[in-house]
Amino acid sequence: MELQLKVFRFHPEKDLRPHYDLFSLEAEATDRVLDLLEMVRAEHDPTLAYRRSCAHGVCGSDAMRINGKNGLACKILVHDLRSRQITVEPLLGLPLIKDLIVDMEPFFAHYRAVLPYLVNDEPLPEDGRERLQSPAERDRFDDTTKCILCAACTTSCPSFWANRLYLGPAAIVNAHRFIFDSRDRAGARRLKILAERQGVWLCRTAFNCTEACPRDIHITQAIAEIKNALLNHSI
Amino acid sequence: MVETHTYDVVIVGAGGAGLMAALNASQIANVAVVSKLHPMRSHTGAAQGGIGAALGNLEEDHWEWHAYDSVKGSDYLGDQDAIEFMCREAVQAVYDLEHYGLPFSRSTDGRIAQRPFGGHTNNQTGKPVRRSCYAADRTGHMILQTLYQQCLKNGILFYDEFLVLDVLVDGGTCCGIVALELATSVIHVFHAKAVIFATGGHGRMWEITSNAYAYTGDGVAAVVRRGLPAEDMEFFQFHPTGIYKLGILITEAVRGEGGILINDQGQRFMEKYAPRIKDLASRDVVSRAMYLEMKAGRGIGGQNYLLLDARPDTVNRYAEADGRTRPDGTPYRVTAEEILSKIPDIVDFCRTYLGVDPAVQPIPVQPTAHYAMGGIPTDIYGRVIVDESNRVLPGLYAVGECACVSVHGANRLGTNSLVDLVVFGKHAGLHAAGYARDADLVPLPPQPESFALQQLASLRAGDGAEQAARIGKELRSLMFDHVGVFRTAEGLRQVVGALEDLRERYHHIRVQDTGTTFNQELQSAWELGNLLDLAYITAVAAEARTESRGAHAREDFPHRDDVHWLKHSLAWLEGDAIRLGYKPVVITSYPPRERTY
Repeated sequence: MELQLKVFRFHPEKDLRPHYDLFSLEAEATDRVLDLLEMVRAEHDPTLAYRRSCAHGVCGSDAMRINGKNGLACKILVHDLRSRQITVEPLLGLPLIKDLIVDMEPFFAHYRAVLPYLVNDEPLPEDGRERLQSPAERDRFDDTTKCILCAACTTSCPSFWANRLYLGPAAIVNAHRFIFDSRDRAGARRLKILAERQGVWLCRTAFNCTEACPRDIHITQAIAEIKNALLNHSI
Repeated sequence: MVETHTYDVVIVGAGGAGLMAALNASQIANVAVVSKLHPMRSHTGAAQGGIGAALGNLEEDHWEWHAYDSVKGSDYLGDQDAIEFMCREAVQAVYDLEHYGLPFSRSTDGRIAQRPFGGHTNNQTGKPVRRSCYAADRTGHMILQTLYQQCLKNGILFYDEFLVLDVLVDGGTCCGIVALELATSVIHVFHAKAVIFATGGHGRMWEITSNAYAYTGDGVAAVVRRGLPAEDMEFFQFHPTGIYKLGILITEAVRGEGGILINDQGQRFMEKYAPRIKDLASRDVVSRAMYLEMKAGRGIGGQNYLLLDARPDTVNRYAEADGRTRPDGTPYRVTAEEILSKIPDIVDFCRTYLGVDPAVQPIPVQPTAHYAMGGIPTDIYGRVIVDESNRVLPGLYAVGECACVSVHGANRLGTNSLVDLVVFGKHAGLHAAGYARDADLVPLPPQPESFALQQLASLRAGDGAEQAARIGKELRSLMFDHVGVFRTAEGLRQVVGALEDLRERYHHIRVQDTGTTFNQELQSAWELGNLLDLAYITAVAAEARTESRGAHAREDFPHRDDVHWLKHSLAWLEGDAIRLGYKPVVITSYPPRERTY
């Protein structure tokens, strides 16, 4: 089928302001949006810039706005969009660099702020083997281990758009992953960080994050569980 | 403008191998990690089914069994001292990962859960053994995240989105690398006592591949351009179950959990090719069987794909026929919920890309280019080897998929890529740091960036008569058609000739984007050059090897020939020619035998 791909363009060395380029492409209904971008680069304009790597939704490189909604270009197919007009734009709320590439550093800085690593200074089991964890304890935080840090959630969040210092859903998801891990011992420290001004209380439960997540993580629920833990002084 | 940095150890690549090396090296030395991708985008994250280690959590197992299975899987081309080292160390490496915080799935008694995987057996019964330690079907994702998290905790320094261009060797000692900062096009020289390459594979030279776009062999190409050899490049693994046309990986764990491969006549054809372990035979064996089925017209509807059937009824029917039991001795029977809960990402891929629910419909699959057994030759400490007599190049290391220790020989066993990167990442990191502690910093050669700059300049100076995208497309199609699951002298000769032509045409491309900010046109052109060089080596080494062994299957030489070919190839790129040499395989406990499953 023939479709129109409208691509946000900005070259920082040449352009004063962004513009859109329009490409007419011959595509299959099952093509990924990423395939369309690859087609543009191979056949129309090799200078188009965007990040991508795994091309099947696990590396988190190619989150962007597709027809106005955040998603991974490699996980949204042409037929999912139900339209022959497709517009791709960079994520909102992060500094624009070039075309579809934004500066991810502010996003990763928020991730790093929640101590996103296991903390447990107790002695390891004497036999040197694994720490034990029941299947139920493991299930408690399974959902939030799926995060690929693509930023689709955080950059869809109205609270984040209004306040770029808000830690945002992705950082909270990654705090959740450790707070509810029975092996971890830094839950209280993380909860303290999340209780501060830029923490979970800025979440207004808009559910944009949950809708945007390409990994189907129940993000709003994870945030609510953190809020509950703070209110009940328990983890 | 060139920026120069100095560290004890510079690690190139931030997948599992690079991060493991960084974590361990940083205990002793001053370390920086230079990576083309942000670490969390690395391809380790795409690994699904598990990491093999003889923990014996669910049934009897021994690292020696793992070693024998790996030797046999390698079709006896793996170096047995290295394989024994890897399988023994794998057990501790998995515990290390758990202690780092990796959220493994758990058994009912709270231990790390383990599942069956292709080629992993109880050596007494020959039946599949539960050895693959897993975190659902995102084990690689969890390894990558856990290691990166520990690097953050330990304050490791990262240079993200830097493409390696060159390795600096002066007076027979490595003294650094040259890299391009992608965001700015600034050239950086990293002056170091030791360099560890962990740059991953090069599967993007094949049309159908499970590999990330980033997999363009940047490290191996940089090394061979400096006159160092690449080892066993003719061996590249085709994973049996890639999603039809897309190549996206469907983990072997689907078969580990009871899924079955089916041809157009509804037959479980693996019974014919591997009577004992059937669908869980080694990947090379299964991929060849699939190819033969399709060639005989038994692809689905006569087309080039087969079905992977993981519907509960099918799983239970064949589990009953096989007499499969659970660890407690009860018959193995599954519900849709149970099987889907063990492979949630696979369910998601099938729904997203195929509109198929694997609990209700079978999955269309075809073999997909997956893993480089060959690469930069090393010893078990990751030290790079430069000739047939195993002479070491001081200061240069390689680990993970870009390296060839060789633990995978002619065919890697499923799960062993993760074992490889964790075990050798750790030991190369420790060794390089120890080396750096005692070694002096070798001075940089004059104008260390000149070779890289000269190559970059030529990409901007071509006459523009050729297009990089077109050359890339031709390359992928040639390699898939003639250097795939089966090869022939005629096809390989044709590819070698075509590659000579493509490499010549490559000199005529011209990068149009003159900008410095994320000049991805320049980056892609560079990566294409890497793939062309490595494809050329692959095809020449494959043409020379007149036998069938592991993933290298010659229609015209259908048998393994231990008399002439029980040896590793070494290939040197010398201008437009390739020189081949060979070195012996290390045999310790397992003399070569006929390989049946």
